[in-house]
Amino acid sequence: MTRIEGHLKIEVDIEGGKVVDAKSMGTLFRGFEIILKDRDPRDASQLVQRICGVCPTAHGTASVRCLDNAFGVKPPTNGRIIRNLIYGSDYLMSHILHFYHLAALDYVKGPDTAPFIPRYEGDYRLDPKINKIAVEQYIKALDIKQKTHQMVALFGGRAPIVYGMVVGGATEVPTVDKMISMKWRLQEIKDFIDNTYLPTVYLVAGAYRDLFSVGVGCKNLVSFGVFPLDDDEKSFLLKSGSYTKGKDLPLDQAQVKEYVKYSFYDDKTTGLHPSKGATISDHNKKGAYSYVKAPRYRDLPHEGGPLSRMWVTNPVLSKHANKFLGIDEKKEIRFRDLGGKAFSILGRIAARAEECKLVADAMDKWIMELKPGTPSCVKVEVPKEAEGFGLTEAPRGALGHWISIKNQKIENYQVVAATIWNASPKDDMGNLGPIEQALIGTPVKDIKNPFNVVRVVRSFDP
Amino acid sequence: MSISRREFLKYCAGAGVALGTSGILLPEIVGALEKAAAGNPPVAWIQGGGCTGCSVSLLNTVHPNIADVLLKIISLKYHPTVMAAWGEKAADSLYDMAEKNKGKFFLAVEGTVVTGADGKCCTPGKFKGKEVTFIKLMVDMGSQAAAVLALGQCGSYGGIPAAKPNPSESMGVSEFFKLYKIKTPVINIPGCPPHPDWIVGTIAHVLMFGVPELDSHGRPKLFYGTNVHDNCPYRSYYEEKKFAKFFGDEGCRVELGCKGPESNADCWKRGWNNKVNWCIHNSLCLGCTEPGFPDSFSPMYVKTTG
Repeated sequence: MTRIEGHLKIEVDIEGGKVVDAKSMGTLFRGFEIILKDRDPRDASQLVQRICGVCPTAHGTASVRCLDNAFGVKPPTNGRIIRNLIYGSDYLMSHILHFYHLAALDYVKGPDTAPFIPRYEGDYRLDPKINKIAVEQYIKALDIKQKTHQMVALFGGRAPIVYGMVVGGATEVPTVDKMISMKWRLQEIKDFIDNTYLPTVYLVAGAYRDLFSVGVGCKNLVSFGVFPLDDDEKSFLLKSGSYTKGKDLPLDQAQVKEYVKYSFYDDKTTGLHPSKGATISDHNKKGAYSYVKAPRYRDLPHEGGPLSRMWVTNPVLSKHANKFLGIDEKKEIRFRDLGGKAFSILGRIAARAEECKLVADAMDKWIMELKPGTPSCVKVEVPKEAEGFGLTEAPRGALGHWISIKNQKIENYQVVAATIWNASPKDDMGNLGPIEQALIGTPVKDIKNPFNVVRVVRSFDP
Repeated sequence: MSISRREFLKYCAGAGVALGTSGILLPEIVGALEKAAAGNPPVAWIQGGGCTGCSVSLLNTVHPNIADVLLKIISLKYHPTVMAAWGEKAADSLYDMAEKNKGKFFLAVEGTVVTGADGKCCTPGKFKGKEVTFIKLMVDMGSQAAAVLALGQCGSYGGIPAAKPNPSESMGVSEFFKLYKIKTPVINIPGCPPHPDWIVGTIAHVLMFGVPELDSHGRPKLFYGTNVHDNCPYRSYYEEKKFAKFFGDEGCRVELGCKGPESNADCWKRGWNNKVNWCIHNSLCLGCTEPGFPDSFSPMYVKTTG
């Protein structure tokens, strides 16, 4: 797979024009959890950001929340908001980058020059005029992407990989000039989301309507919740919870386990809760096919990402959605009004775009809630012994970090990353991972140009 | 138009700063580059044990913008994160390009060379029908390239994947080439991630004037030739012995753990993300351009002794 973060291999068996079996294989092992052992716990929030250069602030956020929890500290209001602003800016970056630069070329025909050629041929359905506009937007979106990273850097220090979030809060005391600088930049991004990104998503969707029924997946969804709206974390912009076997359930992190029967890790480490988890590689294990473990929630595969968050939160959608669905613009429609359409390639892409607007609009308010000139961070001391966890939502799904500290050093650190949920292999019970399940039944017209296979995989933003 | 190397260096080192932009390449230089790049030299960008952060950083280039870099300056024949093709079509195109441009193309390497389990821990995919490890890809591509740009800490020196106990047996490109006796010249562009100007500026230098002058760690002196602490805007606080004791305090950051004194890079004048901020203004320098990062600079938030 190209146009994703990292190394992922997908193998499918096709019979009678449909996918009948699928394997999702992580093909890279770096061993971050092993590297983190015996280090100063505060270093974790820097090191883990390098797990993923597309969503470093996701790992940064999970890590500082994990350390807050273990150290027993609570960030002041400014710290909470600055973290939300750094992370929110990176959300905007990640969602825009995904649509325009990672996913779009499966629907939009690029110009006849590298890196747009070579390409697969056969299923580009956009009217040439619309296609041309989309290519121009590809270029415009590169500029927007770069500007969202300016926003990340305003309080993050730089982007990608930020310095601005630490255990106890954030590093910079907000100043009015920085607040205005961020607000000013945000207006341009908001304008792009409202008047370019969202309408284009629905425009493209209109030409590929059948993809609202392709890539259904496991229909179990989990969200850890993200963007706390108050210092006691009574509510989040995007809520936590799960939709398991058709039922809405509150989140319980004790229900997370990682299985490794089909992963290149020691079998005796299977089925553990991450707080007790271990990472012991076994590179030649028989039957294993991935370096990704298989995390399960309530012992079932669960999908993470914008679809899960939007389903769990069920917010009101933009007027572009009304227009697309042919519903009077005065009527409020919510995400679940999409019904079964939500569980599809285009359902995920629309969820991502709608969520992008939701986050941008919320950030606009958060900026003005900062208290200039007052601290963003509390002082911390590394505890001699402690345990903790930090949950958040990466742009691409549920993300949790678990730590145990002994003699002021990291004794164990476990990361259950977003794409690990979605791109996981089979579990010990034999259930396929969410991407694998979404691939089954996918129609493939031309084996030599397997568009729908990559459309399904990329709809998860792996 | 054409510009001399001297002028180019002047622009890279200071003119952008004087004009209040972070851009290293002004429009006239882009024009000259386009001319120098006539026939667009092919660049292949491959990824080993990395996080894609170097690519994401490159996308943040402002002057020239990334669209100009990709469409006018270089011909990016292979890049897993941006290319249209996927699967075998993508993979095969890399080998075809190398065959056609033997000794002429430039290879950018992001991520470490993962050598653990005979390279099995990092297998970028099937190339020409065969499962290929990153080790094999590095041997095949590295030996045929005109020069290699080793990107970031990972490509340069092994970075975080090679930190103790180095579970994936990762290493930087130079170390790998030494082991496999590959003689292709290597330019290190460290940083975790590197500043986009360092990547674009080095590529520009190579295309227009050849390999730039390198320091003892294989980095272009142009970008890594000055000490952060010696040039830091907070240096006068250090002389006055006024030290920040906590994030947000005024003062020199060494007591927070700042690694500026051991670091050589031009962040102090270049700034980050169109100059909106940089690490020490925000909090501290962690030494991410230096060989030995992160182990030699750990713990990060503790004052370095000596």
